[in-house]
Amino acid sequence: MTHRSRSKRVLALDALQRVEGEGAMYVDIRQGTVREVQLRIYEPPRFFEAFLRGRHYTEPPDITARVCGICPVAYQMSACQAVEAACGVTVDGQLAELRRLLYCGEWIESHALHIYLLHAPDFLGYENAVELAGDHADIVERGLQLKKTGNEILELLGGRAIHPVNVRVGGFYRLPTARQLRPLRERLLGALDAAVETVSWVAGFDFPELAHDLELVALRSPGAYAVLGGRLASTDGLDISADEFDAHFVEEQVAHSTALHSKMRERGTYLLGPLARYALNCDELAPEAKEAAAAASLLPEERNPFRSIVVRAVETVHACAEALRIIDAYERPAEAAITVEPRAGVGCGWTEAPRGTLWHRYEIDDGGMIIDARIVPPTSQNQPAIEHDLFHFVEANLELDDDALRRRCEQVIRNYDPCISCATHFLDLRVERS
Amino acid sequence: MTREAVVTPPVREVPVPRLPERQRAPRKPSVAVWKFSSCDGCQLTLLDCEDELLAVAGAVELSYFLEAGFSSDGPYDLSLVEGSVTNEADRRRIERVRAVSKHLVTIGACATAGGIQALRNFGDVEEFLSIVYASPRLVEALGESTPISAHVPVDYELRGCPITRAQLLEVVLAFLHGRRADVVASSVCSECKLTGNVCVTVADGMACLGPVTHAGCGALCPSYKRGCYGCFGPMESPNLPAMIGGLNRRGLDDGSVVRLLRSFNAAAPQFQAATQALIEMGECPT
Repeated sequence: MTHRSRSKRVLALDALQRVEGEGAMYVDIRQGTVREVQLRIYEPPRFFEAFLRGRHYTEPPDITARVCGICPVAYQMSACQAVEAACGVTVDGQLAELRRLLYCGEWIESHALHIYLLHAPDFLGYENAVELAGDHADIVERGLQLKKTGNEILELLGGRAIHPVNVRVGGFYRLPTARQLRPLRERLLGALDAAVETVSWVAGFDFPELAHDLELVALRSPGAYAVLGGRLASTDGLDISADEFDAHFVEEQVAHSTALHSKMRERGTYLLGPLARYALNCDELAPEAKEAAAAASLLPEERNPFRSIVVRAVETVHACAEALRIIDAYERPAEAAITVEPRAGVGCGWTEAPRGTLWHRYEIDDGGMIIDARIVPPTSQNQPAIEHDLFHFVEANLELDDDALRRRCEQVIRNYDPCISCATHFLDLRVERS
Repeated sequence: MTREAVVTPPVREVPVPRLPERQRAPRKPSVAVWKFSSCDGCQLTLLDCEDELLAVAGAVELSYFLEAGFSSDGPYDLSLVEGSVTNEADRRRIERVRAVSKHLVTIGACATAGGIQALRNFGDVEEFLSIVYASPRLVEALGESTPISAHVPVDYELRGCPITRAQLLEVVLAFLHGRRADVVASSVCSECKLTGNVCVTVADGMACLGPVTHAGCGALCPSYKRGCYGCFGPMESPNLPAMIGGLNRRGLDDGSVVRLLRSFNAAAPQFQAATQALIEMGECPT
């Protein structure tokens, strides 16, 4: 929908396509100047943080998985880390490696979904992946098989790809044997090749000009491309633990969104996700991923958000290589989970969801019941960055006609792979907080 | 972390494509996928049919499926509806969706039973909102999360949180060929027998909702050495009193039983009646 007059130009898109969940976009241009841009999130709130009160400390992995069907493992892992922190235990060794393997499955699935089915059609001038498959069936097929390999990891280790059942506070319910993991190896070798081909495919796209100077924020954990925990770092020197998150970030309610917007105190808009992770951790990538990144001429700090699709492909290579490493080194632990006894306290945890850092915080009583729960997901944190990009992109491309500009704006939003189902639930219950 | 309000104009209502007059029906049956309040997982299940997706897209006209990039106007031969109704705008939208759909199938626990967000039905949403928001009037939410069938006639309800790929494909095929869907309505217990699982309740003393839970997952949780947590909702004739007695004997107090039944299908009639009865007996906290 477009309204245009000599002085006023409004680009509105009532329902964004090829994003997870439902949102809209609104751009207001007056006298050749961008007045306002909004990524409007109108999905109704689901009140997860309210429901978690009065539930048992063992329940957040299953309950919070339902925030998002695309990244349930991210919710399960952040929930486990936070509850375990509250109870004063750490899950490490092979159990942590298996959690990492499960997470690799989600990264592969989610990234392949976004690259092939949601984002690539933008660069190649197709309306959707089915149209793309009409001309390039082999390419879409490669993407679907890559995606399927991610799902196979989730299904073998988690029981199912969406809302896995095998995750619990302390570890797992049932552990696979090394022999059971072996069939994944063959699949992953094929997926690794497909992922490397994906990097060179997307690196050949035409990328519109756009650069931002936002602070890039991601977890860092020496010796690993951080996924499960670590400290939160940034390109401007941030370095904090999960417990310090509150002291550095603030959320705002705005009328055009049912997701709260996050800002860094006294520093403003920041950016999470693949571009940030790559900028802060590229020296920790698997050799295969480093090689693919070099072949794609990725800069150590990529500032064009349209090139996030290349970074997502490089991360897919890394996830395949990492999954192979874990499977090859796997020795089945004696126990499927460590014992986690409840105690009164507060615990915070975070992990790198495919779209960026996902923070959970739980307060539990000595009987193990949850007194307070808070969740801050990546898409709500990235909303201001998306609007920032939209603003600057529209400003630099006012000469495009409305249809072309609107399409490009939609692509700008897709650069972030926004997960609106996730973002929406942040309308949380807030009682008794000083 | 503090939460502050910045007042900007309200959001416009999202249109459902209008039914154009005298439009010729497409040759291939047209399929639409709609999202209401949900996690996106059940419609993702369609995209998770990696081996079948392109074949399905060749056999039907994917007409409306925003997440995959389809937004053609109706009418549609088959509408798959994910999610529950939780606000006024969606209450009106589901009526418009029904009007342009020949068949309407709900997919998943949210659309079929109200989903996890139906836990609000047992609390006070007005109070939630006024406590939570700097500007509660900017957010619109109904007091209850309701299934699609509370608002419009539904031709078939597919269970699960999430649904399974096999059942989704079976239901789509059945509707497109005008036959009954081959989906069993028995319990997870029967699937454990078919799978050859040792009963986790009998052998390990675990609390398991398998006897009262609708089949469809393939007895997933017991296969992973945990008790079923009821994500497919009640089976066709669940014996809840016997189930609750059994859970009590396994050491679960009534509060724990209520929590177990109040998860992803809390507002499914049989589960809701059972938990309300327990609470009315006054023994357990809500």
